[in-house]
Amino acid sequence: MLLALILIPLLGGAVAAVAESWGRLWPGRVAFLVLLAELALGAMLWGGAPSAPGPWLAEEVWPWIPRFGISFHLALDGLSLVLVLLTAFLGVMAVAASWREVSTRPGFYYLNLLWTLAGVVGVFLAIDLFLFFIFWEIMLVPMYFLIAIWGHEQRGYAALKFFIFTQASGLLMLISIVALALVHAQTSGVFTFDYPQLLADAMPEGAATWIMLGFFIAFAVKLPMVPFHTWLADAHTQAPTGASIILAGILLKAGAYGLIRFVVPLFPGAVAELAPLATGLGVAGILYGALLAFAQTDLKRMVAYSSVSHMGFVLLGVFAWNAIALQGAVMQLIAHGVSTGALFLLAGAIQHRLHTRDMGRMGGFWAYAPRMGALGLFFAVASLGLPGLANFLGEFLVLLGSFRVAPIPTAVAATGLVLAAVYALALVQRVFHGPPHPFADGLPDLDGRERGALGVMAVTLVVLGLFPQPVLDLTGPAIESMRQFAAVLAPPLAESEWRVLP
Amino acid sequence: MGAWLWAVPALPLLGFLILTLARGLFSHRGAAVIGVGSVALATAVAGLIGHEFVQAPPESGAWNLSLWRWMAVDGFTPGIAFHLDALALVMMLVITFVALLIHLYAARFMAGEEGYVRFFAYMNLFVAAMVLLVLADNLLLLYLGWEGVGLCSYLLIGFWYHDAANGWAARKAFVMTRIGDTALLVGILLLALQFGTFEIQPLLGRAAEQWSGGGLYPTLAALLLLGGALGKSAQLPLHTWLPDAMAGPTPVSALIHAATMVTAGVYLIARTHGLFLLAPEVLLAVAVIGAVTLVLAGFGALAQTDIKRVLAYSTISQVGYMFLALGVGAWSAAIFHFMTHAFFKALLFLSAGAVILALHHEHDIFRMGRLWRRMPGTTLSFLVGSAALAALPLVTAGFYSKELILWEVWTSEAGRPWLWGAGLLGAFVTSLYIFRVVFIAFFGPGPVDQCRRTGWAMGITLLLLTLLSIGAGLVEWPVDAEGRGLFTGFLQTALPAGPDGEGGGFSEGELQILTSLVVLAGVLLAWLVRWRGVVWLFEREPLAVVRRFWLQGWGFDRLYYGLVVRPFLATARVSRRDWVDGLFDGVAWVSRALNHGLSRTQSGLLRWYATGIAAGAVTFLAFAVFA
Repeated sequence: MLLALILIPLLGGAVAAVAESWGRLWPGRVAFLVLLAELALGAMLWGGAPSAPGPWLAEEVWPWIPRFGISFHLALDGLSLVLVLLTAFLGVMAVAASWREVSTRPGFYYLNLLWTLAGVVGVFLAIDLFLFFIFWEIMLVPMYFLIAIWGHEQRGYAALKFFIFTQASGLLMLISIVALALVHAQTSGVFTFDYPQLLADAMPEGAATWIMLGFFIAFAVKLPMVPFHTWLADAHTQAPTGASIILAGILLKAGAYGLIRFVVPLFPGAVAELAPLATGLGVAGILYGALLAFAQTDLKRMVAYSSVSHMGFVLLGVFAWNAIALQGAVMQLIAHGVSTGALFLLAGAIQHRLHTRDMGRMGGFWAYAPRMGALGLFFAVASLGLPGLANFLGEFLVLLGSFRVAPIPTAVAATGLVLAAVYALALVQRVFHGPPHPFADGLPDLDGRERGALGVMAVTLVVLGLFPQPVLDLTGPAIESMRQFAAVLAPPLAESEWRVLP
Repeated sequence: MGAWLWAVPALPLLGFLILTLARGLFSHRGAAVIGVGSVALATAVAGLIGHEFVQAPPESGAWNLSLWRWMAVDGFTPGIAFHLDALALVMMLVITFVALLIHLYAARFMAGEEGYVRFFAYMNLFVAAMVLLVLADNLLLLYLGWEGVGLCSYLLIGFWYHDAANGWAARKAFVMTRIGDTALLVGILLLALQFGTFEIQPLLGRAAEQWSGGGLYPTLAALLLLGGALGKSAQLPLHTWLPDAMAGPTPVSALIHAATMVTAGVYLIARTHGLFLLAPEVLLAVAVIGAVTLVLAGFGALAQTDIKRVLAYSTISQVGYMFLALGVGAWSAAIFHFMTHAFFKALLFLSAGAVILALHHEHDIFRMGRLWRRMPGTTLSFLVGSAALAALPLVTAGFYSKELILWEVWTSEAGRPWLWGAGLLGAFVTSLYIFRVVFIAFFGPGPVDQCRRTGWAMGITLLLLTLLSIGAGLVEWPVDAEGRGLFTGFLQTALPAGPDGEGGGFSEGELQILTSLVVLAGVLLAWLVRWRGVVWLFEREPLAVVRRFWLQGWGFDRLYYGLVVRPFLATARVSRRDWVDGLFDGVAWVSRALNHGLSRTQSGLLRWYATGIAAGAVTFLAFAVFA
């Protein structure tokens, strides 16, 4: 089952590449069907979730390189399942966004798209660290091609920047993985890359800090955390719409996933020392990202910087490390994926029609395209955290959980909600309200395909905002088990349950 | 009937959904039927529930209805659940009823507008959110309604989006109130973590137990909640968004920015009065802020020439009275004034709207005049509204509520004489500014000759609100055995009794006569100086400076622009290119420079290579020998 989750997009990508010879639209169709199948498989696994005995819902192991303790070890818990579902869901949306936009070499485009997704799914499933690293690379390389070949005017620069940042941080991670295995072999005598085994034994403290930092920086670049966020604005802006959706919606989540899955449970002691700094950087990201989002004139760049702000909440939640904050962080991952994906889809629709992302040439689109206006308003409002939608829930739970641990930084982070209103409403004003810009005269409204995709995403945010319990129930046991691992090794972290106030 | 409580917010929400999702399918008439009809049904349900509640009051003082559990995280289980007590009931009834009248009025007022369907969609959403706000049994759901009304306020202020100025006003309103909302949110975090629940009643109960000794935390929590209330209710120092909010259509100003949403802060403080009682300093601050606001806004209203801006400042000022009442513990009086204010201020706005519509969107009172001839009905309704606002004795609803507030301020511990004096000064200024408008706009020497007809839908709304502005004070007349009025007696099943001090040698009647004389003096002064008056008084220096200062609302806008907005915009402008990226550009530049420098050594000249090898060998040997 788990292997199928990876193989479906991997093989599907190959089929899509071949399908180009059947006709120009075929690669897209194949990709669409492949991702629907992926989504259905994920839903089936969710259906079986309640009967699972422990946090792991499914697990598969094949020996791979036994000499180095490397195995092809996949496992799925609630956290990974939610993210796999998000991946498949946003994959479908990315295909919908690419439908008309991609005309050159569609077969190769969808091959890259599906392989990136396969890599992401692998990242969420692999619990052998070496295997994890392989999937990490599989996820990044096709994305480089997507940006470099189908991107916008500065695609070369953006793709290279993306590649250098992620490869440099990937190298740090590889070093850390190897070091972790070596140190573990020294202390326990077993040479292994297997996560459950590594989890079971404590690290010597000095080494733990350095190894942890390697992992942390790799994931922090991906998240992104200030000050490692600068690749994001260029990559998101220059990428084609479908790739922007996947970048913002899913690839960033791999960073957060790594923090939750590996960094804190493996090195709780070292993390406890890092927590004040990481919390501070999370808050800085929330505020700085919001400020820069407001300052942009390029629509996609604006959305990109808003991601920096939203991911700051995730960082805040992860380092608060209590059940509420982590539930909030996961909810924020889902909500941000959907709402930002939708905003990129809208930006792509506008760019496809007008060939510009410059908000100086936009304004008053509501008059030309009221459906686009209404949906744009909806997702902007979701982005500023309106209660009743999933984004608010994520941010609120993060704040609630982190207020317990660090009330002052949390209160500062909450002012990000004001700045979010500033930039989100500025977006609405610059694009949809205001006097209708003559440049956009006769702008066609969203077509059925775009309306369908955006409508599904809007409904998802509302449903998650008002009925979040199924998702919380799914991720709850996974989060709890990781908190327990961390707590066994580093009691101080478990103390985050303490009441701040006397 | 109580089990149908959910329908009160759900019906307008359904109206919103239908109007939004099926847009394009509706004619204007169809949209009006849905928009007005959904609120009418909600009002009917609310009325029936209210009837049953009053007939058979629950023993606990409240009905609770839980729809579903919103979430369950680590012991927190907020629900989509309602709590209906006397306070919530009064709020719900006033909100739905006034909303119904204003929807009816708007069906005609907005006729022919391009965004007619959109307008009713937003209005319905507003009613749903506002009802949720007052019915919520937990702070999280309250916050949902709280933000929901803010969103609708934003959307409706910027309803005519073609004009960028309207968009600015709308965003100003949203962002300024959100500053308060964020304080409220942090307050909710603090309270929820401290007491382990979001539900308001258990939370207040635990607060009374654990925080009985006062201290830092109750003060902090009350201050944060107060921050939310100040933003939403446009009180000092977060009040400057309200005058600009008049950019929205007049029915919006009447419903959201006069009758209902701006009183959400009053509701919040009344709802969480248990917490404020634990923090007496904050409660005093509420009273002081209310007193200062009501006076400052009153003088602001005096200098305006735009009829809607006069009414906007007037709203700030009247909500100030409510805060003053809350601050001295006159909880029921504040809610009483909320109710009468909802009626007479809606009446004033809607009458002004009828004038504005008749004069083709003319707002300047100096370009009106002699309206009493052309629009006698509207003149009458505006006159009644003004009388109620000024609290003309005996015949107006505003008299009863304002007198109650002033009396309770007088008898409270903190009230005498300064807070009471501010209230009295405010009463004088109120009658002065509103009758200035009456005498200039309705009886002035204007050139008005072309007028549009008002229409029955607007007329009937004005008629009903006129009657209410005269008669709503009567609910306080029947006095029970303990000497309480009917209305306040009913409210006191949910709120504590007001201050019960003695009058310091004055009886309630004596003070009423005094304030009535002050109010009448204001009217008289307005008549004496009439339309020329203000010009005559304030045309010359140095008083012209004062007039300009008041016209700009005491310069708060300029202060905030210089202190906050301009620095923010400048920061955004200089950091557009992202400072941090410069860091990485620096790294790239260094590596490129190194690359450049090193690649120059690959010159192909044998001499250089030989020199390099020799130098390297010497250095190496030197290390090997000496190190």
